[in-house]
Amino acid sequence: MELINGYPASMRESIALVERTRPARLGRTFPAMSLDERKALLLAHHPDYQAHAKRPLRFGPSKGMLLNHELADLFEARPLVRPDLDVSTIDADVDLLVIGGGGAGTVAAIWAVQSGLDPARVLIATKLRHGDSNSTMAQGGIQAADRPEDSPVQHFLDVMGGGHFTNRPDLVRALVSDAPLIIQWHERLGVMYDKDSQGRFVENPGGGTSRNRMHSARDYTGLEIMRVLRDEARNLGIRVIEFSPAIELLCDDWGHVAGAVLLNLETRRYHIVRAAATVLTTGGLGRVHIQRFPTTNHYGATGDGLVLAYRVGAELVDLDAVQYHPTGAAFPAQMAGLLITEKVRGLGAQPLNRLGEQFVFPLEPRDVEAAAFIRECGERGLGIPTPHGICGVWLDAPMVDLLHGPGTIRAALPAMYRMYMRFGIDMTRDPILVFPTLHYQNGGVAADEHGATRVPGLFVAGEVMGGIHGKNRLMGNSLLDFNVFGRRAGIAAAHYARTHRPGRLSLAHVAEYERMLREAGIETTRTAPRILPDYRGKEALERYLDVPV
Amino acid sequence: MSEPATLVTMELMGKEYRVPSGLTILAAMEYAGYKLVRGVGCRGGFCGACPTLYRREGSHRIFTALACQTLVEDGMCLVQIPFVPAPTKPYDLHSITPQSTTLLRFFPEIAGCVACNTCTRSCPQGLPVMDYIQAALRGDIERVAMLSFDCIACGICSSRCPADIKHYAVGLLARRLYGKYLVPPSADLALRVGEIEAGRYDAELRELMELPLADLRARYEQRTFEPAADQNGEYSATRRYNSPMDPVDYQDELEGV
Repeated sequence: MELINGYPASMRESIALVERTRPARLGRTFPAMSLDERKALLLAHHPDYQAHAKRPLRFGPSKGMLLNHELADLFEARPLVRPDLDVSTIDADVDLLVIGGGGAGTVAAIWAVQSGLDPARVLIATKLRHGDSNSTMAQGGIQAADRPEDSPVQHFLDVMGGGHFTNRPDLVRALVSDAPLIIQWHERLGVMYDKDSQGRFVENPGGGTSRNRMHSARDYTGLEIMRVLRDEARNLGIRVIEFSPAIELLCDDWGHVAGAVLLNLETRRYHIVRAAATVLTTGGLGRVHIQRFPTTNHYGATGDGLVLAYRVGAELVDLDAVQYHPTGAAFPAQMAGLLITEKVRGLGAQPLNRLGEQFVFPLEPRDVEAAAFIRECGERGLGIPTPHGICGVWLDAPMVDLLHGPGTIRAALPAMYRMYMRFGIDMTRDPILVFPTLHYQNGGVAADEHGATRVPGLFVAGEVMGGIHGKNRLMGNSLLDFNVFGRRAGIAAAHYARTHRPGRLSLAHVAEYERMLREAGIETTRTAPRILPDYRGKEALERYLDVPV
Repeated sequence: MSEPATLVTMELMGKEYRVPSGLTILAAMEYAGYKLVRGVGCRGGFCGACPTLYRREGSHRIFTALACQTLVEDGMCLVQIPFVPAPTKPYDLHSITPQSTTLLRFFPEIAGCVACNTCTRSCPQGLPVMDYIQAALRGDIERVAMLSFDCIACGICSSRCPADIKHYAVGLLARRLYGKYLVPPSADLALRVGEIEAGRYDAELRELMELPLADLRARYEQRTFEPAADQNGEYSATRRYNSPMDPVDYQDELEGV
């Protein structure tokens, strides 16, 4: 295929229209929608509201909750271990087990140690490497109402409205009240936020925010926070075991969570961890590819924690809503689904259709923005087709430099610029093509404002926890969420660990789960947790032999 | 619909495979039948889990890449590095006073830098790695922080260094020192934290939490919007990153715009 500066001639025709309308669009932005208009658009075009894509959960404490089929499949699956697995030999006996080595897990471990636990008796178990997580991939920023023009009250309103008022208000209060405290903690840890010479943060707007409160570190915000947190955890002497996902939680005689069965991914040997308290921070579910969407998520984001928690009796909340980020890359094919940070729109780039026309306010809440893109490409037929068979809309990136001065993209969006240049596209000169991509698990395991689930001994934080964002999360509230609730869960779990000692370990809940599956009439060979997705080629798998070697 | 891809021949871990052109190295390995556990992470160029070494037909050089960000080429011969060991001595950032000798004290091996520039040539992010190691030797913490900022710690630089330097660990310490000690803390933030700790917003938040839904919706619809921040100020972080002394000069890249 012949490419002209990264794009085929067919797409260049539409780019010419974008360039023609650009001067007139510079000072003019498409108006925002009312709440009623948003609702109508979502009902008609957002994937979450398509009834055929879902079925009700058939058993357990959240029976009846409507879930996407791919997610329901995870719950309607057999455990990976039998209830009679020998758990009598304990490989590690700790005060706190943290399952998941991303942002939430690392924050929880640090704060558990700050609250007095011995770092040698805190263990982080993680599926891949410490820090391999969606936290690292977050680009745009973190919200905190810390300017005189802003307040936690204003932040509260934005969060509730963005979530269509389905959020749990006590969790939102915790989120917005702790936000400035978290940013100050980061300052003291040496996180390099964008600041001026006086120490004032550079703050931008995000979709659905009424004030500029997005703190960023170029477009590597999550990476910068994560690498500092990981460094701090290492310097504190917190133990980490990598390539060892939890495949089942362990309970004690009273049904309280008391550790987990880990699996060494290389030796396939299992490893019994007994813990006085357990914090589950396994992140999200993008890699189960809900409704076959591509995803921005990390390779390990397979929703494991949801299944583990449900098997010990935790409740779920808002899992019927998953987030499609409006701007996933749609071209070139090699980038399909990768995240194009909302900061590009925050800095003024407008979404445009094939004719170079605006069709939506650039900073609607994410679900509304995504639904508008889907409508433009679907019902209205004004998307831009790609040679690999999908459609997208333009994001007029060169506007950023026109609005803020040449060099802005290079300085404020270096990751985006670098990524496109690797595939031959210069986003300072040409628009980029985007389409919604599976991004975030809005709901999750239900917990109180200290991350405590209804199962004693089990705490949750980060993306696996639900209720904070309701049916839709705003930009900049996930980096905030894992810090706020990671810290709270770490402190609460440390307190719990000091006052509780686990009893004899048991997998009775596994037998109970098997019984519930049988009684619900579910016969399946599927297993969960999924651990890693499988992208092996069809040609290779046709001749795959599962032989012992 | 999509055009049929042509096939290229590549050598993966010493074996030959035919894979469609246009795939990333990571996708090509999966096409060939690998289910990856090591050497894969975010798949988006942010986590540094997939460092790859390769040679090209007809070239004596070793090239470096991130497997998720690089397309396969005909005749490519590659291997993945699972990780590069770089344990560092623990430090307590909160009790360090940054001085011109601090980086050298924690990483004395940087004195062995022979300025061969292999680190810079091998960086898949295109960072001037050797320059920041030289800046570290001179004790210029700010410059190290700026030049190393986009580092994803894949470790390729360290794997190739004849002086065994742990470049990315040096950059990390410099950035933390810079963020903690060399940039002033935000006065607005300190003020707000004080207000929150004094309970300044408790009553208002409680009131909102107890509002009937219709009233809350009305409050939401009545919000006023702040205009986007002016990004053209002297110290705008979008023009000059983080510091008026930002040593990264974008001017050369802007010529001809």
